[in-house]
Parts: sequence; structure tokens; C-alpha cells
Amino acid sequence: MHELGVVFKIIDDLEEVAQENDLKKISTVTLSLGEVSTVIPEYLEDCWKWARQRTDLLKDAELKIETIPAITYCSNCKQTYETVKYAKICPHCGSDQTWLIQGNEFLIKEIEVPDE
Amino acid sequence: MRVIELNQSVTASNDKDADNLRKEMHEAHILLLNLMSSPGSGKTTLLSRIITDMKNDLRIGVMEADIASDVDALKIEALGAKALQAHTDGMCHMDAGMTRRAYEALEGKDLDIIFLENVGNLICPAEFDTGASLNMMILSVPEGDDKPLKYPLMFEKSDVLVVTKMDTLDYFDFDLEKVIARVKKLNPSIKIFPISAKTGQGMQALEDYLQESFKQWTL
Repeated sequence: MHELGVVFKIIDDLEEVAQENDLKKISTVTLSLGEVSTVIPEYLEDCWKWARQRTDLLKDAELKIETIPAITYCSNCKQTYETVKYAKICPHCGSDQTWLIQGNEFLIKEIEVPDE
Repeated sequence: MRVIELNQSVTASNDKDADNLRKEMHEAHILLLNLMSSPGSGKTTLLSRIITDMKNDLRIGVMEADIASDVDALKIEALGAKALQAHTDGMCHMDAGMTRRAYEALEGKDLDIIFLENVGNLICPAEFDTGASLNMMILSVPEGDDKPLKYPLMFEKSDVLVVTKMDTLDYFDFDLEKVIARVKKLNPSIKIFPISAKTGQGMQALEDYLQESFKQWTL
């Protein structure tokens, strides 16, 4: 829902990284996105294509999105399961004492920089 | 081609901005409250009541974040609080940077409590730390008792839940006990205040709590 704001944030962060490392161009940006991070990859890509044109640093930069699967842990039976398939209720024992252990991440994983 | 590994959280810089703002608010003896809810939950009515009841004890400011329009800010100012309308220009939430700019525009250094009325929705505002020291969520009786099941993150992130429009309880299938049980399961330490800003029911307890929170924060 707030993909555009998030894209602006990524661009701000990358401009800072570019300044620190004296980079003029970034050719690829790889994000790690949790399955339940509430960010929708398709929207993110659309916003990216529009927003990147506003900067010299990123105007040709391709966006790659890697998905981190969401996994929930059940504190009752000590097993894990796929969050997206079963949500809050543990499929092994039926308990609702369950916690997300991964899948809400949203990271800038790495960038590729062309040789000068 | 050269690869630079970053593994940097996209929300990390906002979290840092939020922590800085929280620290500054603490030094300035200001309690910043982030108020989150759906549109039409009774935020402005609740704030109007709080301002009317508490303005002799505390200097109150309100920052209204809205996509457009300044209807609410005018209402708040008429009651004697300092108010500012912050337009988010289509953004669905306030982040720490926007909150700081709103605070600077409010010129609120002499205030005791500032309410940040976040954009009306139960999803995005829960995901961005504004720098507030207290997160307060409003759920109104007509919205239904299933909201904690549908928007769990909002209930997890809030320190306080105010259930508004309690005077309409007879007209809706709203089970307060169910809400309390569902919310406590998500967030065992949350404080819950059922109120009616119209009849005054429950307002004293909420206002005592605000007074006490301000005292604790500025100790």
C-alpha cells in the first residue's frame, strides 16, 4: 500500500551509500523481501521504474527482488510451518501460540556497480 | 562489474530518525502520542473532549495528518489547543521525518502533550515508527469486534487501545469481552479504555492515564 514511500526511502539510502563509496552509477539493486512484509513486488517495481528516472545514480538501475519465505514457529509443539498456507493456527497441533520467525524482512541486499 | 553487499534494512533509517526525535521530545519535556485508527472512528471527537477536559492542566497540541483538507484542525483550534494540518500528499502513513517537519511547523516547544493524528487506516501507520513515545489506537464500536483478527499488527504495536462510541453498544453486535481477549492475546501489556466521548463514560480513567503518562515521561 505504501510502495512509493518505500521506494523513495530506498533511493535516499542508496544515494547515501553512493556518496560514502564515491559511486556515480548503480546498475542493479537487489532487495530481500519477506513473503509477509506487506510490500507487493509488482507495485514496488512500477514505483521503481517511475522514481528511478528522477536520479542520475539510478536511472538505468534494474530492480531484482528475492523472496524470503515466511515461516511460523509453534511454541506448543515446537515445530515450524509455512505461514502463508496455515496463518496463525499450527497445522501440526492446532495451537494458536505461534510466532513468525522469518518472512517480514525488507532489506537492500546488494547493489551492482559498473566498472569505470 | 562490482557487487557491494549492503544487507541494510529499508526501515532502519526511519527507526534511527524516530529514536532521535523521541530523545529530543524527552529532553523538551513533551509527550508525543501517535494516534492511529480507521477513518470515522471518532478521533477528532475524542481529542475535542480531552482538550476541553484537560486544557487547564496541560498545554495540548494536535498535528493532524491527512491526505488533504483542514476541517479538523480548525475544529481543534477553536477549542483552545494548538493545531497544525500536515498534508501527506497522498502518503498513507506518517514516518519520523514527516513527524519532525510537522513538529517544527507547529512551533510546539512550549507544549506538554502533542497528539499526532496519523492517517486514517489500520495498516501502514503500524509499520512506521513516528518517534512518538506512546502509540494509541482507537477502535469504535460500529467497526466491529473482529478488527484485532483482521489487523493484528496495529494491535501488537499499540500501547493503548481506546474503544470509542460505547454509547452505541446496544445497536451493534460488538462484544467488548471478545475484543479484550483477542487484543490481550496479541499484546498482553496493552492498556484498554472503553469510553464514550459523547456521554463522558470512561473519560476520567483515560485522562488520568494520560496525566500519569505525561508525569512519568517528564520525570
